[in-house]
Amino acid sequence: MEDMLTYLGIESIDELFEDIPEKMRTGGLALPDAMEEREVEERIRALLAENKSFFEMPSFLPILKPHYIPPAVDEIVARQEFYTSYTPYQAEASQGMLQALFEYQSVVAELTGMEVANVSMYDSATALGEAALMAHRITGRKKILVPRAMFWHKRSVLENYARGAALEIIEIDHGEDGLMKLNFSGDDIAAIYIENPNFFGIIDRRYDELSKIKERTGALLIAGIDPLHLALFHPPSHYHADIVIGEGYLGNPMNFGGPLLGIFASKKQYLRQMPGRIIGATVDREGKRAFCMTLQTREQHIRRGKATSNICSNQALCCISFLAYVALLGSGGLRGVALQNMENAHYMAERLKEVGFEMPFDAPFFNEFVVTCPLEGKELNKRLLARGMYGGLPIDRYVAKGMLFGVTEMHTRELMDEAVETMVEVVA
Amino acid sequence: MMASHREPLLNELGKRDGEHPETDVERKKLPLPDLTEREVMKHFIHLSQMNYGIDCGFYPLGSCTMKYNMKLLERVVKNERVVQVHPLQDESTVQGCLHILHHLEQMLCEITGMDAFSLQPCAGAHGEFTGMLMTRAYFEQRGEHRTEVIVPDSAHGTNPASAKMAGFDVVEIPSKDGMVDMDALEHALSEQTAAFMLTNPNTLGIFEKDIQLIARKVREAGALLYYDGANLNAIMGKTSPGVMGFDIVHVNLHKTFGTPHGGGGPGAGPVGVREHLEEFLPVPRVVRQGEGYALDYERPRSIGKMSMFYGNFAVLLRAYAYILRKGNSLQEVSERAVVNANYLMERLRSVGYDVPFYRRRMHEFVLSLASLKKKGVRALDVAKRLLDYGFHPPTIYFPLIVEEAFMVEPTEDESRETLDSFVNAMDTIVHEDENIVRGAPHRMPVKRVNEGQAVRNAILTWKDL
Repeated sequence: MEDMLTYLGIESIDELFEDIPEKMRTGGLALPDAMEEREVEERIRALLAENKSFFEMPSFLPILKPHYIPPAVDEIVARQEFYTSYTPYQAEASQGMLQALFEYQSVVAELTGMEVANVSMYDSATALGEAALMAHRITGRKKILVPRAMFWHKRSVLENYARGAALEIIEIDHGEDGLMKLNFSGDDIAAIYIENPNFFGIIDRRYDELSKIKERTGALLIAGIDPLHLALFHPPSHYHADIVIGEGYLGNPMNFGGPLLGIFASKKQYLRQMPGRIIGATVDREGKRAFCMTLQTREQHIRRGKATSNICSNQALCCISFLAYVALLGSGGLRGVALQNMENAHYMAERLKEVGFEMPFDAPFFNEFVVTCPLEGKELNKRLLARGMYGGLPIDRYVAKGMLFGVTEMHTRELMDEAVETMVEVVA
Repeated sequence: MMASHREPLLNELGKRDGEHPETDVERKKLPLPDLTEREVMKHFIHLSQMNYGIDCGFYPLGSCTMKYNMKLLERVVKNERVVQVHPLQDESTVQGCLHILHHLEQMLCEITGMDAFSLQPCAGAHGEFTGMLMTRAYFEQRGEHRTEVIVPDSAHGTNPASAKMAGFDVVEIPSKDGMVDMDALEHALSEQTAAFMLTNPNTLGIFEKDIQLIARKVREAGALLYYDGANLNAIMGKTSPGVMGFDIVHVNLHKTFGTPHGGGGPGAGPVGVREHLEEFLPVPRVVRQGEGYALDYERPRSIGKMSMFYGNFAVLLRAYAYILRKGNSLQEVSERAVVNANYLMERLRSVGYDVPFYRRRMHEFVLSLASLKKKGVRALDVAKRLLDYGFHPPTIYFPLIVEEAFMVEPTEDESRETLDSFVNAMDTIVHEDENIVRGAPHRMPVKRVNEGQAVRNAILTWKDL
């Protein structure tokens, strides 16, 4: 570095920091000394020893669930050309990432039946927030109808996204079937948000009724989806959803809750109101197919305060994991995993019913379901924890003694049988 | 250097009718390709070979801080006690994660001079949005109705966009000599002002020397001073946003703290505040409880949640490893980054490139390529031509206050030899036949991409093709 200082005609590095007023200089950092690589690994491994993984402490927690990720997914996203690259502004040096993201958009479009998708919001909660704002821009209205029963974290994020535009979030109750009531009316609703499967894990097949919402009220239909569920059931396009959001967990591990991948898809007619990055196909100077970021005039780096969203960095690499997962499984493999999830969840629900848990909703479900426990859910979990196991998520706020279970292909019969036996023991 | 082959789309590689009439399920058609693992790997490896990453070479994107991503970071996140941990597990079974979050918050406080941090925002812009919502909550709490946020015309586009999303009106003020125009700032400040958003050093790479005065004026107007941490890599250990008088800070872990950019993300944009704003931070807060740690949701004045769980944990863990590895020598990171930027700027000036607002810079600088326009060559052309020489080009056409802007940030990791070879390429390009430059790139997997056509004729999925 000395020779560079000489070239600059200065004797000390301090001269380069002279613009910082003397009073504001801090003179170093009170941080630990630098560590060797080996020491960093040891330190982090030691800290993480205080955690329990799914394999050490199996659970039936819902919302984000353990799934098997083929090793090839890891290899693909470990390519430095993907994971160390920046946002693909320079299209000619980013064709790999751009094409992969274009394929991701295509896969999301195929799964959801929608015409266009962006290359991610941060997670499903922020995707919902953006969807509400988009519906407001399209309709000029301010009311957003949401199910009373929804994951409270997601609801809180939505409220934060709604604050600036002063959107009004209105809760709609569910009926005895566990599904959000659809008998609302009014001509001042911007959007109605439904989840399918919903928070209770129930599959919503009121396709006719859902299809008619827009005609009846002028409100847009925002559908919150589960990509695996779509391998078996009609996509949201079937019931005329206008905007589709969801958690793109396929190929992305739990990682204590992040990074996640907010799926965001829409009808093409609303394209210019969409938030986030979009990749398009075009040609190069010789007329050959090429890809690039497109419709950038919606975005903050061009439109600044008038952009459709402030999002810049997104979850692009999680899109690649999602895409790689879907590519490796293919349509057959994806169906297989979905069927297995559904079978396992139904097996677990049956076993729990046998031993005295009840199902408050007589409704079809996918891989999550609600039971009422013989004792408070929190207490059940506490007792299970002492036995090296964990139940589901207590949802007393919606169902007394209610617990939401999540089951996937990772929950083997043996594991489920053992869990049920343990529950019987700790309840007694 | 990069493979020049073309790769078919996934759906062109395999059968994609996806008909499943035999299964007893509602959805009969799932039009996704069915390929073997071997075919899928080949596809993605071919795609990766058509992409430029940091390990390929010099990546001097201004304002993006494309530093080398230590491989150590990729290893520590592979731990099964991260990968297979559910965010809603009992706190007693995630003490490792909570400890790491808590310690990372503390270290970020030390680096930025803040009193408390939330690691929940998933990106820089998300941190800004969080900061703006806290600003809103702060004034609502005080019963003050403030509706405006001031940003300089040199600000990142996310600044006005984030302020707008939080419901503020944006007031943009002009710069003077590449810095905040004090008269314009004073004129803009009023009892309507909620905050002034500033990055320091600014997007020209210039340290705002008047920061003390700026902070005082903002404080006198009763407003908050917001620090856009995109350029923090210039000042670690030298000064801090806290010492400068900022109230709220976001930092980009994917810039300053060495986590990879992932082709656009995920990054992380933790937000830090001084004591008077702590009660507004998102929930949950990670708190000490006895010998261990807990997640505290009981914060009545908190703005609530900004993302599903606790932020991009795997990114936060990488940044934690980065900071442990560097420790108190982070100061040398900033020193090296600033030396590299100044050296590269002087070398480029010596071969004839123009630096508007010329003076010493911090970690980056902005050239103007306006003089090449008479040859018919634009900043875009030079950028594309650099690709042929094996370099990723700098950021172009930003900041908006420089004509034909060419924004260069070499970072601390590059050797003098690399910087010199970049200067040689820039020097060669300026003397090249303009048709060669305008026709660039010539050696990439594709020739110049027609971005205009992509807008006019939006083809956004393989079904549209």
